[in-house]
Amino acid sequence: MLKAVILIGGPQKGTRFRPLSFEVPKPLFPVAGVPMLQHHIEACAKVPGMKEIILIGFYQPNDALSRYLSSAQQEFKILVRYLQEFAPLGTGGGLYHFRDQILSGGPSAFFLMNADVCSEFPLLEMLRFHRDHGDVHCAVVLATTANRKQSLNYGCIVESQKTHEVLHFVEKPATFVSDIINCGIYLFTPEIFTHIGMVFQRNQEEKQLPLPTPREDQLWSRQRAEVIHLEQDVFTSLAGQQQLYVYKTQGFWSQIKSAGSAIYASRLYLNQYLQTHPERLVSSQEGGCTVNGNVFIHPTALIDPTAVVSVLLGPNVSIGKGVCIGAGVRVRESIILHGASLQDHCCVLNSIVGWDSTIGKWARVEGTPSDPNPNDPFAKINSETLFRDGGLTPSITILGCNVNIPSEVIIRNSIVLPHKDLSRSFKNQIIL
Amino acid sequence: MKALILVGGYGTRLRPLTLTVPKPLVEFCNKPILLHQVENLAKAGVDHVILAVSYMSEVLEREMRLQEQRLGIRISLSHEQEPLGTAGPLALARELLTDNDEPFFVLNSDVICDFPFEDMLKFHTHHGKEGSIVVTKVEEPSKYGVVVYEGETGRIHRFVEKPQVFVSNKINAGMYIFSPSMLNRIQLRPTSIEKEIFPIMAKEGHLYAMELQGFWMDIGQPKDFLTGMSMYLQSVRVQNPEKLCTGPGFLGNVLVDPTAVIGENCTIGPNVTLGAGVVLEDGVRIKRCTVLKGARIRSHSWLESCIVGWSSSVGQWVRMENVTVLGEDVIVNDELYLNGANVLPHKSISESVPEPRIIM
Repeated sequence: MLKAVILIGGPQKGTRFRPLSFEVPKPLFPVAGVPMLQHHIEACAKVPGMKEIILIGFYQPNDALSRYLSSAQQEFKILVRYLQEFAPLGTGGGLYHFRDQILSGGPSAFFLMNADVCSEFPLLEMLRFHRDHGDVHCAVVLATTANRKQSLNYGCIVESQKTHEVLHFVEKPATFVSDIINCGIYLFTPEIFTHIGMVFQRNQEEKQLPLPTPREDQLWSRQRAEVIHLEQDVFTSLAGQQQLYVYKTQGFWSQIKSAGSAIYASRLYLNQYLQTHPERLVSSQEGGCTVNGNVFIHPTALIDPTAVVSVLLGPNVSIGKGVCIGAGVRVRESIILHGASLQDHCCVLNSIVGWDSTIGKWARVEGTPSDPNPNDPFAKINSETLFRDGGLTPSITILGCNVNIPSEVIIRNSIVLPHKDLSRSFKNQIIL
Repeated sequence: MKALILVGGYGTRLRPLTLTVPKPLVEFCNKPILLHQVENLAKAGVDHVILAVSYMSEVLEREMRLQEQRLGIRISLSHEQEPLGTAGPLALARELLTDNDEPFFVLNSDVICDFPFEDMLKFHTHHGKEGSIVVTKVEEPSKYGVVVYEGETGRIHRFVEKPQVFVSNKINAGMYIFSPSMLNRIQLRPTSIEKEIFPIMAKEGHLYAMELQGFWMDIGQPKDFLTGMSMYLQSVRVQNPEKLCTGPGFLGNVLVDPTAVIGENCTIGPNVTLGAGVVLEDGVRIKRCTVLKGARIRSHSWLESCIVGWSSSVGQWVRMENVTVLGEDVIVNDELYLNGANVLPHKSISESVPEPRIIM
């Protein structure tokens, strides 16, 4: 029997995803038309023997999350539960805190994945790799190849060419160590808790040194003892002990840190739909709008029936629930969130249009893609800085929820915070 | 009566349009710039127009032969071997200008207004001195050279270059009428009529100013070309409103050649000129633009303050603004944004130009 744990973080995290994460927990943000998290859940549901998916995070229980979980439970016929941490406990702390729940029923192994990654999720391959390597080890780490420069932003892995054992693991090194990077997707045996438990014990002993501290500080240090980072605290010491193995995937993978990376991730998933969910992609057909490349349109979206043909969508476009699209609208490399309205002849390129926003006639909403270098097969998306050299880095344009863009203006490389009525053109600005 | 038009050189200020078409032949409101002047001169009784040019163009010559026949007047080209400034060309054309003793007109070629040639002749004959110049009122006199003159008679006292304190808000409008004796003041060498000749004439009481009524614009650069177009179309609205398009889809003053084709759901204007054979496909929004002969604007594009050169093609969902000028036969690919781009002829543009720039 198998289980899966997904780390979904909390509201204090994912600030690079603002202003979109104001409206919806980031794991529920739609990527390729479905919540980011659903790609994980679908992959887990396909694994034979998968009994339960546990989400761990520090979001207050909320409607959006619980509604989604119950619908996912029904749709994928699998138990899905949310366990809330009392405080952000890092990538290993929450896992350890809820170890009894995870181990109940006696799973032989369980997957752990970060919610903010986009991947092909080669879970069956990881299982096969795990079984092929016997069961002496306690963890298989999914890894991919990065270029030398970008590898410094990730957990770097040195492996044994022969056995694929992890010989060395270092999180975000300052100098180059290896171009094999951690994907944030793991397969663990219950044995992993022994190692996390040792870190927990050590943390507690350190914190219990007799120091004359006021009560609040004691509470703080108690919390601190429970904060555990799998990468630095566990993997680094497990490396070289025949406990940690690496499975390298050739499949697509990306982090989803910034809003710009959501558009890139959408492209990867839409492309995957060609194989996994062709029914989610619109095909150009008689009487429909003109489609170029992969496009997802929610069935409730409405395209002006008098001028459907004049609408041109794609590639890489996701149109959400109840979106209205006028005649002669052009959308490319963008995510249009539910309830938005795109009026006649407007043009949306490399942008995310927020919930219930309106774009006027002939308006142009345009961003600059931050895609990885297409000529470097190992390049990853850069989502590190909003500002560079004192200026806003040209990025995709993001309209928050309920933003009104008047007719005929241009909004370029800008971020518009929710509930704004703009009255003119803006370029390279954050509009509060 | 005769008139001399100072056509001058390559019209570099109006590039990239003038890289393929001589400036006098660039259409302003669907008529070559030069013909606006020549036709009005002919109407005022001028039967011989002399074009002072500093470079020869076969195209210009051929066109002028055609216009001679059409208008029933004589058009000569007076060719300077070296640039002679604004006065030298008068000396060069002396023979042609002095075969009778009638006064003659002199015009800068970039000026557009309601040409007051008959009034100028009357005004000039009335004061009886050697020269009259037309002046026009401007809002910011400190940017120009202003003319200080006696309000009642028009007698000019002096000229002040870029005045720092207010002395006058009238500037030289680039249109003059002279008696032939005035030519004795000019020698055949590079000379500025404004700086070297007029001050002396004024001092001697031989120069008078006549104030222009209505609009005036020097359309020698793209930005002013568009402003001049708006002014000209407004004057058409007042004088010949039947020449402008009205009806659904048209806003304000819009001049459309009868051979232009306009698609559905376009919104055109205010202040748009579409030349012969121009095609606007469906759903185009265009304002304050001139689209020259044979150009095509594809569906759903948005244009403001642009000049689209002859036979150019602007793709679908393109946005062009801020005095973007396309030379002849330029192709702008779909979905691009051009902000203040100056595109040289025969270019194909496949990347946006977000900040003003020249595309070689």
